[in-house]
Amino acid sequence: MVDVQGLVDELVSKLRRRKVEGSRATARLTAELLRSVISQSKLPATNQPATLIDAVRGVGEKLIAANPIELAVGNIVRRVLHIIREEGHSNARDAVEGFRLSVGGDNDYIVEQDHLNLSVAAQSSLCRPSLHALLERSPDSATTYFTANSEDDSEEKSKSLDPNARSLEFRRKVISAVNDLIEDINTCHLVIAELAVEHIHHNEVILTFGHSRTVKEFLCAAKEKKRSFGVFVAEGAPKYQGHLLAKELAARGLQTTVITDSAVFAMISRVNMVIVGVHAVMANGGVIGPVGLNMVAFAAQKHAIPFVVVTGTHKLCPLYPNNPEVSLNEMRSPSEVLSFEEFSDCMDYRIGTGASQLHVVNPAFDYVPPELVSLFITDIGGYCPSYMYRLIADYYSSDDVVIQQKHAS
Amino acid sequence: MGAQKKGATRFSEEPEELARVPLQAILLADSFTTKFRPITLDRPKVLLPLVNVPMINYTLAWLESAGVEEVIVFCCAHSKQVINYLESSEWISHPNFSVTTIESHNSISAGDALRLIYERNVIHGDFVLISGDTVSNMSLTQVLKEHKERKKKDSNAIMTMIIKRSKSSPIIQQSRLGTDELFMAIDPNTKQLLYYEDKADYSKGAICLDKLLLADNPSISLHNDKQDCYIDICSPEVLSLFTDNFDYQHLRRHFVKGLLVDDIMGYKVFTHEIHSNYAARIDNFRSYDSISKDIIQRWTYPFVPDVKFFGNSATKLERQGMYRGSDIVQSRSAEIGSFTVIGNGTRIGNNTKISNSVVGEGCTIGSNVSIEGSYIWDNVIIEDGCKLMHSIVCDGVVIKSGAVLEPGVVLSFKVIIGQQFVVPSYSKVSLFQQPTKQDSDEELEYADNSSGIVETSSMADTVDKSNGQLTSELLDEECGPTYELGTGGVGYIWSICEGSHEEEWRHSIAPIPADKLAEAMQTTDDDLELLTQDGSVLPPSGELKPDSNYSDDNEDPRDDSLYFEKEVEATFLRAVHENIKEDHVILEVNSLRLSYNKLFTDCAGAIFYSLMKLALETPHSSPSELCNSTMDVITKWKKLLKSYLTDIDEQIEVIQKFEEVCLESAKEFSPLFSKILFHLYDKDLIQEDAILKWDDEKKNADEADKVFVKQSEKFIQWLREAPEEDEEEEDEEE
Repeated sequence: MVDVQGLVDELVSKLRRRKVEGSRATARLTAELLRSVISQSKLPATNQPATLIDAVRGVGEKLIAANPIELAVGNIVRRVLHIIREEGHSNARDAVEGFRLSVGGDNDYIVEQDHLNLSVAAQSSLCRPSLHALLERSPDSATTYFTANSEDDSEEKSKSLDPNARSLEFRRKVISAVNDLIEDINTCHLVIAELAVEHIHHNEVILTFGHSRTVKEFLCAAKEKKRSFGVFVAEGAPKYQGHLLAKELAARGLQTTVITDSAVFAMISRVNMVIVGVHAVMANGGVIGPVGLNMVAFAAQKHAIPFVVVTGTHKLCPLYPNNPEVSLNEMRSPSEVLSFEEFSDCMDYRIGTGASQLHVVNPAFDYVPPELVSLFITDIGGYCPSYMYRLIADYYSSDDVVIQQKHAS
Repeated sequence: MGAQKKGATRFSEEPEELARVPLQAILLADSFTTKFRPITLDRPKVLLPLVNVPMINYTLAWLESAGVEEVIVFCCAHSKQVINYLESSEWISHPNFSVTTIESHNSISAGDALRLIYERNVIHGDFVLISGDTVSNMSLTQVLKEHKERKKKDSNAIMTMIIKRSKSSPIIQQSRLGTDELFMAIDPNTKQLLYYEDKADYSKGAICLDKLLLADNPSISLHNDKQDCYIDICSPEVLSLFTDNFDYQHLRRHFVKGLLVDDIMGYKVFTHEIHSNYAARIDNFRSYDSISKDIIQRWTYPFVPDVKFFGNSATKLERQGMYRGSDIVQSRSAEIGSFTVIGNGTRIGNNTKISNSVVGEGCTIGSNVSIEGSYIWDNVIIEDGCKLMHSIVCDGVVIKSGAVLEPGVVLSFKVIIGQQFVVPSYSKVSLFQQPTKQDSDEELEYADNSSGIVETSSMADTVDKSNGQLTSELLDEECGPTYELGTGGVGYIWSICEGSHEEEWRHSIAPIPADKLAEAMQTTDDDLELLTQDGSVLPPSGELKPDSNYSDDNEDPRDDSLYFEKEVEATFLRAVHENIKEDHVILEVNSLRLSYNKLFTDCAGAIFYSLMKLALETPHSSPSELCNSTMDVITKWKKLLKSYLTDIDEQIEVIQKFEEVCLESAKEFSPLFSKILFHLYDKDLIQEDAILKWDDEKKNADEADKVFVKQSEKFIQWLREAPEEDEEEEDEEE
């Protein structure tokens, strides 16, 4: 038996000390941790979803508090809560159904096997129906209905007879849904990359900013499809992750040019499209990205060049940027900007009023408002910024959006 | 898949490196100094809050993040407090990071501590040696690798010191952390440390390097722009070395210097310079101030107030570097300046101004208070209209309305400052009376520190019993305190002992006052002039030894004068034994004077010294016999001496030389001082003006130096009264 509390503490301390960096790694670790929380928590015979929700919430609250800047933690916690709720509803419906089956006999209700899709009952109880699910439901159920119907009956009969088995079944479903989530997080950049050929054309020049794995895979996928195009990489001071990306792209055979961040405006007129990765996508369609991104977005808007954001759905955050719970920025060590040893002489507090005349500020993130973003390319397709709220309704329950505030106060 | 790879590398980075032997660290939770008194009488230094977090947490958090798996915390002073704190902290239960404590009550130095740890046999491999007041965010991976590789090649490379560039101010010879100027000689290729001097004698404007150092090493770079971070990577041999050399006390002064000087064992110390990362140690109040400000400006990221690097409470970073805890009640009219930290549950009244300061938790600050550059710890009550400038205010202090703290004030725990009282600058106020015994010797200081602890615990008990009673008790016991700190004030102002008076402004958190700065500037200018003078007097180095001009330039002038004295003595003795004429001796001494580049005063001193030595060597059985023989010698060589005693300065030099001789080389002369002085006067070798001037000069000297003045008091008095008689006599004669 794995010590869940120990695992939780470990991740909490890692998040606190800023040892996990990058939203993908954070999201994956959070999802894996929540999976073990779900598998280890003791469930009572009744009201299992509520118990599980409480357990996940408790852990989630700790994780979010550990690093409030890393929004991916909160996103994943909410996603998992959402999964539990949906499974809970479908489970409840199943129980009712099983009861009906055992009592009344052969009422032919549509039974959905695919737990990712929402059942009609669950949808009705969730205040908002998921458009995505609605669209996808009919073919799915059409295929599964006939094949699964017979065994379904028996399964549900046994479930209705044995609450223990049903609880196991519920847990199994939740865990497999979380597994799918982890899989999605791990593979989202590949899925996104498949869309590359539709967006990148021959002899185009693409500008990107800083380093993003998703962008890298996206560009490489286009290259593999025999598209020939040039890439400008803005270096992304002060971390200069752009240098890393440029090396990787050049190694993969892409024509790459490194420019300074300040040269973006000068070069933008030669660019056909800006493709960037981001830290988080907010509910209004604005994005939080590496510092300097806003300037690039402005440059793109000025020259009417599409500003495309590639992102996995795990970066989709149900909060609005004006929410006080959202710490938009992280002030990192000034030593990334200025060497301490060079400037320590200027920070001599002994002379004058005792206050240093030299201050260095090193914010990590920039906020780009939705009106500057042309398109989001996600692992479930391309969307406009104005559509983000809709996606959020698909992936999150409205009850969970305020998770932090509830617990913080 | 890609993500998994990424995650995997992230995780395995450090553990893989150190999988074989768990990396250990020794954390000394005691600085073995008294620089933070009187605060440290109540609480150990490592538990003092640094930007509202006990210092030791910065050290532990850094060790944990740097991949150290086992920390041995050595507790000495207030060991119970440290242990209790650690046990209730989250460090004890931390996975993959074990914190064990070793307690000792009779260790008085870092040396003792390491000897005890060696006896316990808990260190199995290379370890990090650090004290509990170090703040850093550097990565150890690189330095550990370097250390291990060096160790593999050369088993004598037992220690790697972390250094960092930090120029010390040329004006006051101190770094920004308030530590003394540090000189290091480092081999630029191997980074081996060859020379370490942190207590250089500024007055000389020179440092002394061993000639061999220059002969043995093809290249040396001499630095005074490095700061010692007091983070050492040590091999286990270090501990056994401490055990072998039981007189090693201080890590730097004894151990490092010992290793550098002693080349029998051939142990070597290396340095590792860090550039962008932060590392510094809180050595005194000045560095407490500097490091606090660095933390607020986030140089120590991720160990900054708004990151919960240990179980601390939530603090949010707001615009312009303002950190605010939760539940702060702040008046609308209060002005909180930038780079300020306000702790949880603090209340701030109307029109109060706070800038560049740290305010702890649960403080109550009244209206119209002005706080500038100060550190206010927890649960402090500051009433209306107070003014605080560059002060440290400990837990539970009450500052009554209208009181003023001038720059550099330190208020220890639970002190009460009376209404309208002005605490003078640099004063330290405590509930405890100042221990009367003040010794410059560090070990003794500590010893009486331990007596302070006993006092503390008993005092703490009374505090626990009843707070109000304590106040009244104190009032009953001593009427002093009430008077000392204004009406209603409780506590004692510690008098600043003579020795450290000069140092007070150097180590205080207050910025250096302008007049001191001007003064220091003046002296540096003088020093520079002096240096240039010396430089002009120095003969062209080529004349001496062409092959070693560098070393000669760096030689200590004292050595030089010692050689000169010896030469003069030898010349003189030859003259005595071979009956050489006085004129010839004068000629020889003069040539020596030129070759050693000395003044006539030096010659006079040297010859007089030789005379005294000759007198001492002639066999004698009683002081009177010695006196006689001395007088004989002086009479015999009167002409020689006289030829160098033309000037009053030379005569004073001889008197001073005589004093020196009496004090150091030939104590037998000390009772005869006044007699011989009289004899010199009698033989017209020393004129009365010289004696009187010497007496005048000595008036301001220390008691110890006045022994001989006192001895010859009567003689001097006679001289002072004599002139009139002399004149009369002369008149009569005429």
